[in-house]
Amino acid sequence: MKNHYSAFAVAREALRNHTGWQRAWRRAQPKARYDVIIVGAGGHGLATAYYLGKRFGITNVAVLEKGWLGGGNTGRNTTIIRSNYLQDPSAAIYEKSRSLYETLSQDLNYNVMFSPRGVMMLAQTEHEVRGYQRTAHANALQGVKTEFISPRQVKELCPIIRLDGPRYPVLGALWQERGGTARHDAVAWGYARACSDMGMDIIQQCEVTGVRSEGGRVVGVDTTKGAIGCDKLGIVVAGHSGVMAEKAGFRLPIESVALQALVSEPIKPVMDVVVMANTVHGYMSQSDKGEMVIGGGADGYNNYTQRGSFHHVEETVRALIETFPMLSRLKMLRWWGGIVDMTGDRSPILSKTPLEGCFINCGWGTGGFKAIPGSGWGMAELIAKGHSPLTDAFSLDRFREGRFIDESVAAGVAH
Amino acid sequence: MLILTCPYCGVAAEETELAPGGEAHLTRFGPGSDDAEFESYLFYRENPKGVHFERWRHANGCGKWFHAARCTNTLEVFGTYPAQTTEPPAALREAISAKRPGWSWRSFSEET
Ligand SMILES: Cc1cc2nc3c(=O)[nH]c(=O)nc-3n(C[C@H](O)[C@H](O)[C@H](O)COP(=O)(O)OP(=O)(O)OC[C@H]3O[C@@H](n4cnc5c(N)ncnc54)[C@H](O)[C@@H]3O)c2cc1C
Ligand SMILES: [Zn+2]
Repeated sequence: MKNHYSAFAVAREALRNHTGWQRAWRRAQPKARYDVIIVGAGGHGLATAYYLGKRFGITNVAVLEKGWLGGGNTGRNTTIIRSNYLQDPSAAIYEKSRSLYETLSQDLNYNVMFSPRGVMMLAQTEHEVRGYQRTAHANALQGVKTEFISPRQVKELCPIIRLDGPRYPVLGALWQERGGTARHDAVAWGYARACSDMGMDIIQQCEVTGVRSEGGRVVGVDTTKGAIGCDKLGIVVAGHSGVMAEKAGFRLPIESVALQALVSEPIKPVMDVVVMANTVHGYMSQSDKGEMVIGGGADGYNNYTQRGSFHHVEETVRALIETFPMLSRLKMLRWWGGIVDMTGDRSPILSKTPLEGCFINCGWGTGGFKAIPGSGWGMAELIAKGHSPLTDAFSLDRFREGRFIDESVAAGVAH
Repeated sequence: MLILTCPYCGVAAEETELAPGGEAHLTRFGPGSDDAEFESYLFYRENPKGVHFERWRHANGCGKWFHAARCTNTLEVFGTYPAQTTEPPAALREAISAKRPGWSWRSFSEET
C-alpha cells in the first residue's frame, strides 16, 4: 500500500530523514494474461486504465509503454487546458475533462498543480473576431463558461501585451476564466500511482510489436517482453497510432507531424494568464519557475523524429515579439518537439475498430493534454460497456458517414 | 532543415522555399464512386514510419509541383522526380531498396 501524501506526511518524513517514502508505482513484469491491455503510458492511456478501475472495477489491467511513462507528448506539451471548443461533442468531452481537472489533485492524492489562471485566445483579424464570437455563443448554449472580451479587458488581464501592433493588432479575445495549466508530468505520475495502487501493472520499456487475433477478435499482443494475452485491447499511442493500427490490421485517417515548443530563461512574474495567438501559431504562459513557455505551429509534412523545422519556431517567435515586445531580449533555454496525430476534422477518434475487442483513442493532435481526464473517463466506459455518451460521436466511421466534428474551422490550431 | 532538389530548375531548395502537398500518387475518385472509395480518397493517408512518397511545390522558386521520396523516421531524402508520373521512377526505387531493404509503400515495394 502506498503512502498517503499530505502535509503531515511531509513533516513526518522530515523528522525521519525521508526514509519512509515508497515508490510511487510498482515496477512490474508482465503476467500471462490481463482482462484489458492498454498500449501507451501517456496521459490518455493511464487515465483510461485509472477510470476502468475506478468506475467499472476492472483492475486486471496492464499499461504497456515502449519508453518511459509520460515520455511522449504528455511530457512534451505546453499544458494549456480549456474547454471552449465550437462543436457540441467537443464541448462535452473537453468540459468534462476541465471539470475533472478541478479536483484531480484530491482524487489522485497527487498534486497535479492545476492552475485555473484563465486562458485568452486573441482575435487578431476580423475573421477571428467573428469566429470567436460564434464560439462564445455556442459555449453559452453548451453551458461552457466563456466570454468574448474587449481589447481593454485584454490589456487589464495581460499588461505586457501590445494591442496596436501594425501587423497583428489585438481586436478582442475569447476568454475562459477557469481554463489554465497543470503540471504535465504530475498528471501522468498521479494516474500511474493510482493505477498501480489498484493492482494494475505499468510495464515500461515494453514495446508492443504485434497484435494477436483469432477469428477477427483480439486475443493478445506480442511485446519486447514476450507475448501477453488479453480480452480487450486499448491502443492509446498518439503519434504512433498509424503504426499500431497497421499491426492490428486496419488503417486510420491520421497523419503524424512534429509540433514544437520552447522555454525561455526564468524571469520574474510578468504574466498570470495563458495567451494564445492562433493567427500567428503562437501561445505562451509563464511557468511557476518563471520561464516563458512558448508553443509553435505544426510542420506541414509527416515526421516521426520528434524534431521539427526551425523556421516554424522563427515564425512563432517573430510574431510573439511583436505582440509582446518585452520578450525580445529573452534567451531561450530549451527547445523540443513531439509527434502529434492529426485527423482531417482536427477532432480525436475514440472508437471501436474493425478488430473485435480492440479500441482506439487517438487523433488528439496538438491539443489533447487538456482532454486527458475526460478522455480516460469516456474511453474506460467505451471499453467496459461498448459505448459511451462522451465518446460515441468520435467514432471512426464518422469519416465515412460525413459526421465530422469540425474544429479546424474554429481555430487554425487547437491547443 | 529539409532540403529538396527541384527536379525542374535544379535548385537545392530549403524548406521555406517549398510548400508541402501531402501524399503522392493518389487515385482521385469522382461521381459514381462508393462511400468507401470517397472515404479513403478524402481522409485516409499513408502515414508510414519509414519510406514515404510526397508531393511538394517549389512555391518560392519556379513554382512547379514535383515528387519527393523521404524517410519519415530519419528525415533522409532519397530523391525527387517530376510530377507527371503515376509511380516513382525505377532508378529511385532501386536506390531506396539499397538503403531500406524490404521497403514497401502502398502497391510499390522493393520487388516491384
Ligand atoms: C509541443 C507540443 C505542445 C502541445 N501543447 C498542448 C497544450 O498546450 N494543450 C493541450 O491540451 N495539448 C497540447 N499538446 C498535445 C498533447 O500533448 C497530446 O495530445 C497528449 O499529450 C497526447 O497524450 P497521449 O497519452 O495520447 O500520447 P503520449 O503522451 O504521446 O503517449 C503515447 C505513448 O505511447 C507509447 N507508445 C507508442 N508506440 C508504442 C508501442 N508500440 N508499444 C508501447 N508503447 C508505445 C509512447 O512511447 C508514448 O509514451 C501539445 C503537444 C506537443 C507535442
Ligand atoms: Zn524549381
